[in-house]
Amino acid sequence: MTKFNYTAKDFKSAAEVRWCPGCGDYAIMNAVQKTMADMDIAHKDFAVISGIGCSSRFPYYMSTYGFHTIHGRAAAIASGVKSANPDLTVWVMTGDGDSLAIGGNHFIHLVRRNINLNLVLFNNKIYGLTKGQYSPTSDRGKITKTSPFGTIEDSFVPGQLVLGSRGTFFARALDNNMKHTQEVLADAALHQGTSIVEVLQNCVIFNDGIHDYISDPKFRSERQIFLRKGQPMIFGELEDKGLILEKGKLKVAKIGENGITREDILVHEPSEDNLGLQVALINMTLPEFPVAMGVIRSVEAPVYDQEMKKQIETVQQKRKISCMDELLQSGNTWTVEGENCSEPVKFFDNKCFG
Amino acid sequence: MKNAKVIELEEVAIRFSGDSGDGMQLTGTLFSDTSALLGNDISTFPDYPSEIRAPQGTVGGVSGFQVQFGKKKITTPGDLAHVLVAMNPAALKANAVFMNPGGTIIFDVDSFSGKNLEKAQFKTDDPFTELKLNDYSLIPVPITSMTKESLKELELDNKSILRCKNMFALGLICWMFDRPLDYIEKFIQSKFGKKSPLIAEANLIVLHTGYNYGMNLQHMTPQYIVHPAPIEKGTYRNINGNNATAWGFIAAAEKAGLELFIGSYPITPATDILQALAERKDLGVKSFQAEDEIAGICTTIGAAFAGDLAVTSTSGPGFALKSEALGLSVMAELPIVVVNVQRGGPSTGLPTKTEQSDLLQTLYGRNGESPVVVLAASTPSDCFYYAFLSAKITLERMVPVVLLTDGFLGNGSEPWRVPSMDELPSITPRKAKNPETFLPYNRDPETLAREWAIPGMEGFEHRIGGLEKNNAGGVNQDPDNHQRNSEMRAVKVEKVVDMIPEMEVDGNQEGDLLVVGWGGTYGHMISSVRAMQEAGKNVSLAHFNYIKPLPKNTAEVFGKFKKIVVCELNMGQFASYLRDKLPQFTYHQVNKMKGLPFSVHELVENFDKLLEA
Repeated sequence: MTKFNYTAKDFKSAAEVRWCPGCGDYAIMNAVQKTMADMDIAHKDFAVISGIGCSSRFPYYMSTYGFHTIHGRAAAIASGVKSANPDLTVWVMTGDGDSLAIGGNHFIHLVRRNINLNLVLFNNKIYGLTKGQYSPTSDRGKITKTSPFGTIEDSFVPGQLVLGSRGTFFARALDNNMKHTQEVLADAALHQGTSIVEVLQNCVIFNDGIHDYISDPKFRSERQIFLRKGQPMIFGELEDKGLILEKGKLKVAKIGENGITREDILVHEPSEDNLGLQVALINMTLPEFPVAMGVIRSVEAPVYDQEMKKQIETVQQKRKISCMDELLQSGNTWTVEGENCSEPVKFFDNKCFG
Repeated sequence: MKNAKVIELEEVAIRFSGDSGDGMQLTGTLFSDTSALLGNDISTFPDYPSEIRAPQGTVGGVSGFQVQFGKKKITTPGDLAHVLVAMNPAALKANAVFMNPGGTIIFDVDSFSGKNLEKAQFKTDDPFTELKLNDYSLIPVPITSMTKESLKELELDNKSILRCKNMFALGLICWMFDRPLDYIEKFIQSKFGKKSPLIAEANLIVLHTGYNYGMNLQHMTPQYIVHPAPIEKGTYRNINGNNATAWGFIAAAEKAGLELFIGSYPITPATDILQALAERKDLGVKSFQAEDEIAGICTTIGAAFAGDLAVTSTSGPGFALKSEALGLSVMAELPIVVVNVQRGGPSTGLPTKTEQSDLLQTLYGRNGESPVVVLAASTPSDCFYYAFLSAKITLERMVPVVLLTDGFLGNGSEPWRVPSMDELPSITPRKAKNPETFLPYNRDPETLAREWAIPGMEGFEHRIGGLEKNNAGGVNQDPDNHQRNSEMRAVKVEKVVDMIPEMEVDGNQEGDLLVVGWGGTYGHMISSVRAMQEAGKNVSLAHFNYIKPLPKNTAEVFGKFKKIVVCELNMGQFASYLRDKLPQFTYHQVNKMKGLPFSVHELVENFDKLLEA
């Protein structure tokens, strides 16, 4: 039984969507709207916060409360929103430039505090809104307008950054696989704490095809591995390949070869605090490995906004001071009276304030 | 018994001075509190280095605390000290220039040894002659050895013994000024009593040893009487500007029926505001120590979007970092208050010293046409009221407010008659009422303030942002729309003039010289103007708390004086603002950039010159 019976349409605003035709953002927005409808939470309690970049126009296309803020600061502003009112369901829409370059500091501290909100990181490995400069997720050697001879720096791997910041939830999805994206977003929505969902997103204008090798639907089951809680880490057209640990390292093994059976394949446990394995999964790249998709880590930890609320409640249960007048009169005070004294002049007397 | 030299004074300034580890701030604070409890009016000025522990015994490591108290209204901590307590030669050297001619210098003779004289870079073994202090009352007191002697029965290590030295000085000064010790005793008991009874005992012994030393050797030490000040009836407490600011916001939140949120990052000298609010979980304050200054204001903006009274505190360098986000709150028209406790700049500048040099940054330091309301508090205790007012203005007008205080106000303290909440005006946040007609940028035709609808309110869902917008909050880059909105944002700030009182001058309404000041210099300004008035000069003071907008009658007030002089602790920022706003007047200037407050003496000297010219 659902309370609200929302559909994705209930979350669309009347504003004209102005992303480039074919942009991966459309698919992500559809997935987010569908996820929100399925969450069965009152429409009035959603707040969508974004920074600056193509993806950050997102709030305008939503019919919820929304705030399109400034470059890099969505994570900090959303932290304020959620801490001020933990009853809200807060989503942050951001990109690789917004969250990993100019807003890197807020991003890692949001994750560290484990504030209960969902952050969708649109990773197109390029600056789109400024028309094609390299981003902190662009691969070494990438030729762009600001790196005409190729970049000479290594990129961030967003999942590494999240886990390095004590992240409690990290998932990865692809813009051209809406069903799976939705599945992942639903898990993110349920997680208590900061949920980071990296969506590999295609920029049709400035970085077209950047994820094609991974995302090509024809080779999806060969090049991607869909990790699901409690399931063996198996992939391949024929479900004949799986991940095993050998000498402490991940390795692709063929089931049926060298005595490997399904039982030898690692079982995915995102809720176990197994950072080493989870980082190894995040780091898997083609062609040696399939790229890991799905919820890679989802562990329990204290949630900042709930802790803030709890601390106030705990202190208030034993409080000696319960209002401002009591505070003003508390501690070292003394009384002045007697003939020498004049009547007090109130600060706001004879002033304009009504 | 106490019949030796008894000197009756109207007011007296004492300066406690020693190494930054000597506990001089505590000594000064305890003495000030004791005096305030006795009914004296007081004003204090902590003057300390930015290093926590600079090398011991060096002039750079000297920490001082000056307090002035008296039987009449005290408006400044005093230009010069009547009594100096110097715990070592470096303290003497650093503070000689702040001494009243002929004043009393009490020094720890044990510490005036060759090595310490060398550390303080004295060239001879006679520091007093070197500093030309020979005709002062010099009172050598063996503070270190008497402290050691009095504690020899206790099983304490040498370091702990030496840490009690400040209590000897405090006891001695309490005897000299006829202060009872009970308040200080209670403080020591509550601070150390439970955790380390031995330390408490040691401090109490040394405190009394110092007091008794004064009594026994009264042939040497003069005793002073300073009668209580006749002041307003009521309950009083001692408060510094940063605490008063924090409390003003709590009071405002209670009045407005909102929860209070502070997002902030520690920075000298503003940190105490965040600390004071973090302490008030009992009153439901949500304090968020952010990862940087930018996150400080951004979490604040987020909390304002979510419906809290949201404030952030900082000082100059942090204010610079917050400027882009402050522009966002101008554009989005969200209610926030930013407190800037100004310090010496530019860059890291003089973190622990006071200055008023962030005025132009506050008025203009953002991209685009980005007007905000600017208020400035003028005494430690009125920080409470201006914080309250800043909150009232931001909530009722949906416009960001910057409250300027400074290190002198923030750290300085004075006795304050505490108001009751019913003395304070109401605050009515502009919560949206009708979802049928609501648009985020529909405005009150009078004030131009928009309505505030917060997430969770049904039927008011809307989008806002940093892009130029239409009434519905949607992006709109139409040329005429931008022109209209830019003008509207400016006028909205100007309309706040209806909420603020007219300028009242202190002194005659017309005359030869109008002294103009703003913010934290008030105490020194009023003292110097009163001194001029008492000398029969036709001088008045116009001291500004409302910077943007200026009070309605400012031009009218200015027009009635032959000369106007603008005094500020910068190179002339308010003067240039006035030249821009009211170009019809000629503004003389008195400016100081020493990281120190004005002295009454230098102000009077300058005003005299202007009157003669």
